[in-house]
Amino acid sequence: MVDKTDGLNTEPKSQGGNMKLIYASIFISSAMMIANMYLIFVWAPTERIMGHIQRVFYIHVPMAWLAFIAFFIVFVSGVLYLWKKDFKYDRIASSAAEIGVIFTTIVLITGPIWAKPVWGIWWSWDARLTTTLVLWMIYIGYHIVRSYSSNRAQAATYSAILGVIGFIDVPIVYFAVDWWRTQHQRLVVGVTSVEGSLNPDMRIVLYFSLIAFTALMLCLLWLRVSMKGLEMKLQSVKNNRKNLLPLG
Amino acid sequence: MKNFFVPILLIVWKDILTEIRNKDIILASFVFAILVLVICNFAFEITPATVHILASGILWISFIFAGILVMTHSFVVENDLNSLEGLLLCPISRDALYWGKMLSLFLFMMVVELLLLPIFAVLFDYNVLSPSLILIMVLATIGFATVGTLFASMSVNTRAREIMLPILFFPVVTPVLISAVEASMSIIGGGTAIIDIRGWIQLLLLFDVVYLVVCPWAFGFVVEE
Repeated sequence: MVDKTDGLNTEPKSQGGNMKLIYASIFISSAMMIANMYLIFVWAPTERIMGHIQRVFYIHVPMAWLAFIAFFIVFVSGVLYLWKKDFKYDRIASSAAEIGVIFTTIVLITGPIWAKPVWGIWWSWDARLTTTLVLWMIYIGYHIVRSYSSNRAQAATYSAILGVIGFIDVPIVYFAVDWWRTQHQRLVVGVTSVEGSLNPDMRIVLYFSLIAFTALMLCLLWLRVSMKGLEMKLQSVKNNRKNLLPLG
Repeated sequence: MKNFFVPILLIVWKDILTEIRNKDIILASFVFAILVLVICNFAFEITPATVHILASGILWISFIFAGILVMTHSFVVENDLNSLEGLLLCPISRDALYWGKMLSLFLFMMVVELLLLPIFAVLFDYNVLSPSLILIMVLATIGFATVGTLFASMSVNTRAREIMLPILFFPVVTPVLISAVEASMSIIGGGTAIIDIRGWIQLLLLFDVVYLVVCPWAFGFVVEE
């Protein structure tokens, strides 16, 4: 009988049926992403002042929202792991953290690409940008802790703790930086708020993009979680073989 | 109640006694902090005209870098001879262990920081000592020690433990660092009254309270491993 903590019996029973669903989700999210690219680059109206560069907005904003959702999943699964000690939650948390880091990286790359032509600067130390950067660093630390841990249980526990602490920290960081900026009265970047006065067509593209990226995120999450399940299974098969066949 | 506090004080006393006997960490981190001051002097070209702007930032850079050394050491000593296992085998709660280590870390960091103030005053010919500054130092150091104890206990069990701690520690304590630097700047620069920096003090208190609750809880899981 396999030990509960091994995480093997949490695997879905029929891998075949599961694979069909995974292929379906890959197909749906790919189709949605293609449609999304068409909407963003062809269908969406060109912004009057910012021009084509504004199209970054349809990727940048959904990515930022979804990164926060991914980190929220890390937080919830981290708490569940610490509570139940079931590796299933660790697989979900670590997969969501990977996706969160990738999405945040894209946010941090697309942000300056958009900012330079519009604001005239690559980066500004305002609350939102600084908090995103700190958030990114915390979750980079999350992955470093995992890879430097001495065993799987330790990696899971330590990263769960970091996922919880990181998530609690974000509002405090935002508050601190926001206030620091207000105290200093630095130059206020003269940009018209895009979200405030959004053209109805632009709003449709934004919402569609959000749905498409959500589908992509869920698909990636599912793939990654089931892949980690397989990796774990492979590892335990390898360990068993090593124990059974002490070859010289 | 007595059963809770006695083990905490015993752990603190054990750390103080060890420190008195081998004088390892306070001396080393103090010397390191002075080195940071010297490096900052060359890096920023501090003159009487600029010192009031830079003083607070330089002080906190040296405090936090010295603090990282103290943090790493506080659990490395426990790990090297497996004395942490001994402590875990004691019939005391995990919370008591956390609070004991956290208090001794806080004390050592405060000693280094207080020793550094007169050195700073001499090196840059600039008086930084004031009761409000001490209050900020206490609040910020509580924040550092709270998070630092947890992360040091984690990183000591990983490979590359010396690198691990700063990577985990610095992003999380960003709010403490911002508040401490800003509040100290107003005090050192303009002799501002404590009432004007109450916002920053509230932020420090908020951070301290949140992490004084979360970190002992998380510490229980770390030592389980």
